[in-house]
Amino acid sequence: MGMETESQFHVLAVDDSLFDRKMIERLLQKSSCQVTTVDSGSKALEFLGLRVDDEDPNVLSTSPHIHQEVEINLIITDYCMPGMTGYDLLKKVKESAAFKSIPVVIMSSENVPARISRCLEEGAEEFFLKPVKLADLTKLKPHMMKTKLKKESEKPAKEEESEVSKPEIEEEEEAVIEILPLHQELESEQLETMVSSSSSNKRKAMEEVISTDRSRPKYNDITTSV
Amino acid sequence: MNTIVVGQLQRQFQDYIVSLYQQGYLDNQFTELRKLQDEGSPDFVAEVVSLFFDDCAKVINDMSTSLERPDHVDFKQVDSGVHQLKGSSSSVGARRVKNVCIAFKECCDVQNREGCLRCLQQVDYEYKMLKTKLQDLFNLEQQILQAGGTIPQVSMN
Repeated sequence: MGMETESQFHVLAVDDSLFDRKMIERLLQKSSCQVTTVDSGSKALEFLGLRVDDEDPNVLSTSPHIHQEVEINLIITDYCMPGMTGYDLLKKVKESAAFKSIPVVIMSSENVPARISRCLEEGAEEFFLKPVKLADLTKLKPHMMKTKLKKESEKPAKEEESEVSKPEIEEEEEAVIEILPLHQELESEQLETMVSSSSSNKRKAMEEVISTDRSRPKYNDITTSV
Repeated sequence: MNTIVVGQLQRQFQDYIVSLYQQGYLDNQFTELRKLQDEGSPDFVAEVVSLFFDDCAKVINDMSTSLERPDHVDFKQVDSGVHQLKGSSSSVGARRVKNVCIAFKECCDVQNREGCLRCLQQVDYEYKMLKTKLQDLFNLEQQILQAGGTIPQVSMN
C-alpha cells in the first residue's frame, strides 16, 4: 500500500452495530485514515490501554502491563450503545490524564439538541448526525492535526513516564526486543503496539531503546474489528 | 470490447438507477454510498446492502415474535428493532423502508399493536422489493464489467 507517512491518522471507531462499524470504517479509510473498530466503550478503553477496575467501574487506571501502544488521533463513537454510552466513554476519556487530549466525536441517528450540547460541553469536538457523510469527515482533520502538534511539544514529559515503566516491559517483552533488528524504529516518547487482524487480542509492546531515528514502522491499513 | 453493447448496457443501467431514485426506492444517501466504492473496495455497496437485507430479515422476524401475542407485546423490543432498521435504511439510502420505519415508530410509541403489525408487513414488503430491484441493478453492473465497460457515475440533482 505504499509508505506510511507521519501524517496518516489513526482513528478508533466505536459502535455496537456491525453495519454502522462497516460504514464508518469505509468512510474513514476513504478519508485516508487508519481505522480500528470496536463494538463497545469498554473495548475502546481496553484498546487505549486503560484498565477498568472490575469492582468499581468509575476507577480507571493505566494498566501496568498494557501501556498506550497505539497513537490514536481521534475517537469517533456512537452515542446510543448498551452498557457504556458514547457519552460515558467521552467522559472517561476526558477524565483520564493520559488520554484527555485525544479529540472525541460523537455520532447519533437522533437529533436531540440537549444531547448535542451535553456532549459538546463534556468536551466532544463534533457531533455528527447519522448517516455520516464523507464531507463530514473533512471536519476531523484539524482536530487530529492538533494532537500531532501537541505530542511534539509534550515529548520530554512522556519520556520520563516511559523510563519509569521500562523494567517491567523489558522483563515481559525481552524476546520481542531481541527479535527486533536495528531498523525497527519508534518514537522515543511512546510505546507502540502492533495489532493484527488475525489475532486481535495479541499485543506486543515495543519500546525503543537503541535507535535514534524517528520514522515509524509501516503498519498499513490494519483494521481491527472486535 | 463491443462498444455498442457496452453503451447500451450503460444506458440501461443509467435509466434503471434514475428510475429507482424517481420512484422513491433510493435517496441521496445511496449516492453517498456509491462514492465509497473504489478499486480498493469494489464490492462495498453490494456488501453493505447485503448486510442491510440480512439485518432486515432478522429484525423483522424478532419483531414479529414480539408482536405475536396480543396480551403480551414487547413494545420495547419492537421499538429497538424499528430504531435499528430506521438507522440502517437511512444509511443505505433505502428511502421507502426508512419511511415505513418512521410510521412504525409512531405506532410503537402509542403501543398500537394493530398499527405495528401493518407496518411490519409493509416494511417486510418494501425491503424485499428493494432487494429485487438492487439485485437487478447489480446484475446490470456485472454485465457492463464483463463486456469490458465501466460503471457510469450517476449524479442525482
